[in-house]
Amino acid sequence: MPAFIQMGSEKHFSSLHTTLCATGGGAYKFEQDFLTMGDLQLRKLDELDCLIKGVLYIDSVGFNGHSECYYFEHPTDTERCQKLPFNLENPYPLLLVNIGSGVSILAVYSKENYRWVTGTSLGGGTFFGLCCLLTGCSTFEEAMEMASHGDSTKVDKLVRDIYGGDYERFGLPGWAVASSFGNMMSKEKRESVSKEDLAKATLITITNNIGSIARMCALNENINRVVFVGNFLRINTISMRLLAYALDYWSKGQLKALFLEHEVKFHFTFLLSKLSFPVFLSLCHSCAHL
Amino acid sequence: HGGCRRGGRGSGGHGSLDKSITLPPDEIFRNLENAKRFAIDIGGSLTKLAYYSTVQHKVARVRSFDHSGKDIENEPLYEISVQEEITARLHFIKFENNYIETCLDFIKDHLVNTETQVIKATGGGAYKFKDLIEKKLGLKVDKEDVMTCLIKGCNFLLRNIPHEVFAYQKDSDTEFRFQTNHPNIFPYLLVNIGSGVSIVKVESEDKFEWIGGSSIGGGTFWGLGALLTKTKKFDELLQLASKGQHTNVDMLVKDVYGGACQTLGLSGNLIASSFGKSTTADKEFSKEDMAKSLLHMISNDIGQLACLYAKLHNLDKIYFGGFFIRGHPVTMRTITFSINFFSKGEVQALFLRHEGYLGAIGAFLKGAEQDNPNQYSWGENYAGSSGLMSTSPDVYPMQRTRSGTFDMFEMDRLERPLVNLPLLKDPSTYIPDTVDLTDDAMARKYWLTCFEEALDGVAKRAAASQPDSVDAPERAEKFRQKYWNKLQTLRQQPFAYGTLTVRSLLDTREHCLNEFNFPDPYSKVKQKENGIALKCFQSVIESLDSLGWEERQFALVKGLLAGNVFDWGAKAVSDVLECEPQFGFEEAKSKLQGIGGRSVVLVRSGYCINKREGPPHKCALIFADNSGIDIILGVFPFVRELLSRGTEVILACNSGPALNDVTYSESLIVAERIAAMDPVIHSSLHMEFLICVYYCLKSATRSKVQRMIHFNYDKKYRKQFLIIFNSIRISFLS
Repeated sequence: MPAFIQMGSEKHFSSLHTTLCATGGGAYKFEQDFLTMGDLQLRKLDELDCLIKGVLYIDSVGFNGHSECYYFEHPTDTERCQKLPFNLENPYPLLLVNIGSGVSILAVYSKENYRWVTGTSLGGGTFFGLCCLLTGCSTFEEAMEMASHGDSTKVDKLVRDIYGGDYERFGLPGWAVASSFGNMMSKEKRESVSKEDLAKATLITITNNIGSIARMCALNENINRVVFVGNFLRINTISMRLLAYALDYWSKGQLKALFLEHEVKFHFTFLLSKLSFPVFLSLCHSCAHL
Repeated sequence: HGGCRRGGRGSGGHGSLDKSITLPPDEIFRNLENAKRFAIDIGGSLTKLAYYSTVQHKVARVRSFDHSGKDIENEPLYEISVQEEITARLHFIKFENNYIETCLDFIKDHLVNTETQVIKATGGGAYKFKDLIEKKLGLKVDKEDVMTCLIKGCNFLLRNIPHEVFAYQKDSDTEFRFQTNHPNIFPYLLVNIGSGVSIVKVESEDKFEWIGGSSIGGGTFWGLGALLTKTKKFDELLQLASKGQHTNVDMLVKDVYGGACQTLGLSGNLIASSFGKSTTADKEFSKEDMAKSLLHMISNDIGQLACLYAKLHNLDKIYFGGFFIRGHPVTMRTITFSINFFSKGEVQALFLRHEGYLGAIGAFLKGAEQDNPNQYSWGENYAGSSGLMSTSPDVYPMQRTRSGTFDMFEMDRLERPLVNLPLLKDPSTYIPDTVDLTDDAMARKYWLTCFEEALDGVAKRAAASQPDSVDAPERAEKFRQKYWNKLQTLRQQPFAYGTLTVRSLLDTREHCLNEFNFPDPYSKVKQKENGIALKCFQSVIESLDSLGWEERQFALVKGLLAGNVFDWGAKAVSDVLECEPQFGFEEAKSKLQGIGGRSVVLVRSGYCINKREGPPHKCALIFADNSGIDIILGVFPFVRELLSRGTEVILACNSGPALNDVTYSESLIVAERIAAMDPVIHSSLHMEFLICVYYCLKSATRSKVQRMIHFNYDKKYRKQFLIIFNSIRISFLS
């Protein structure tokens, strides 16, 4: 971030006399830096406001004629899995789950009427942080690559590991995870799993948890459509498909998981539409998206 | 299963159990030779064994002599006999799965009972270890559903053990806020945190439903913790966590927003992303910080999910069970905070002292259905129970090792079922103890020291009370050691057995005495004092009857108070009694003038003025205290006065011995003897205007009393009940 501001100063951004619209947590954190280092005044916009308006705006415009919003059919079947368009014309009410470093869940009832329902600290930052510690990887892409080759069932304790199969009394299938990282209580198993397995298990754990919380929120708010957005889902088809499956399975088909084609940029395309020569910045805590 | 220890069959497992276990196995698996009805709950990492045993111990009984043709003058008042009685006890023991095989071997070697053929089993591990159990114990494994067992166990504890439930408050003097058991426990949400998390909604004894769960639980903490910190043991992980700073590892809201958090209305210190801080090449996270962050992450997640379920089902009480919690302050604090935060204070997070035993208790109850344990009342045996263990580093070292390997919980069946006193307006808010020693640190130090200092004397008296027994001194020494250890535990962890009160300290001492077969060390002393006091009864009555009405009331009240002074805490008392008991009584009364004169006057005026003009009380309920002078020369004359006015009297005494308190059985004999001397008492007993009952713990009344009170009880006449708590013993105990 400081490098970016430095660059802006060198390139005399301030002389453009352009309003720099910014949103995201970094808009607050780095506001002072922008002013002192780059002589740039930020116009701060509420992040959630941008997020919501961005989502709704994008879909109304469409993307090359295709709908921006989609869902998965047969998400766990690698061969039959399909992305199908979803019509967001009558979007309300809608549960919006934004998975960045942390997770925010918003209930949207109309264009102007939305509220922050809850959040969780087990988000993309947790996945990445734990992955780095467990596998020694250094980028998100690396972590995702490892995860895609791993087998989380070696790391997690499944229902069938405890009960020898399905647990009918609870209606729990044998393949469900009973205890994430549960097998890692044993020294032998710890020594027998690979980095890839650990990465996959971390991904599955975080994803399933988000799915659980999202599902419970949807039930409490009486909303049956859940849109998942955020940096975490960028290049992360595994999580998207898992969320789709989990939501469908545990809600017995009552809830639908929806996704957007463009994960991140919708934040500020809204800003784009508002101003004539906008320079848009989405600043999260550590990086800037231009 | 990794890390299983092989136990030698013939050796009884003694030598092969891990060195870190500080107790010999026969002190963990107690009374196996009289054990029957086994149940076992095997979780992902911990095993809980339950069994029922019949315990033989000595009970002091009193019995009237048959007087025909005997020398009445010189014989003792009644016969004290020490009999062997059998009581039922439930044992629960918890240990890590590593030790299953060794423990099973030990049990098999000591199991004598051949009737038992089946062992009830529950928990995920029941499937995995079924063959091992059947082979080792020679019993057939009968599997029970884990959820049913959890709920049955939870209901059982909620109904029988006082101060089972508590809330945890970090920033107050008492962290542990024990709850009084509400008569109606349903509906509630039970969140059991073992390797994974199960969430159950309980609507009634038989109606409950698994409504959800989470895979992020104790197993995740243990597994991830082991991977990240290379620590193998669960308790060690918790210890690391208690020393860590999670803010070095987690990204907080203020790290994201740099201070301006108003947009979301969130506090800057909230965790935005667990493990969200990045490491640099030269800076690694410390083990402590990672463990702490992990603990927060998991506790917060569970709390959040629990709130979501509670909200969906309209419940405001969540009980947390399962070994993840272990009474560990950090965990309870995070979960409590999490519940408060996510429910905006509407839902209460509650914990159970015997959290890990729910499944084992339930499995046992399923197997014992034909004995119908629920028709009885059960109480915690403080002598045989480990108590709530904290894993904080400054804990008494012996306890910490034990909590990591073996933990015990014992419940004794009470003679009669307990009910609440029907006169109590709201049983759930009634607290019989005036001083809370878990709360009041100064009072706690004072009382613990008192009991420590008195201990030698009690042990000596115990040995002396059984002069014919060869091993009495040895047993007395064991008692002394045991009770001493309990007191030290309570110094470190006052909350170990619930709210700490003087009453619970006394109960603990009684349990320890019973443990070593000293059922009533004061029995002979009480008998002597009762005998002496009875001889003075008639002259006391004569002198009272000669007074005018008002004077007599005053004298009676003074007598009540004076009698209560005769407590075996005061050493000088016994000497006075030896020479001239009546003189001692008079002396006490005159001394009262100086010390408690004012209070006597107040009592007298309140009592007399009201009663002079208006109708007499309908019924008086008197809780008696000490035997001897107190009950015979203090209480009984007072009772006689009430009876002669037409007030019915219920005399309530201890169900079992405690110091020199008069027991129910003794009171029956005393009443009989007095009746033989006094017509008022005689006719009242006969017509049941005077009845003796016993009470235990807070209060219990027999059905006769219930009937009487219900019959007489009418809101209009509420003022006409007189209730006397005759005990200033507490303030004189030394």
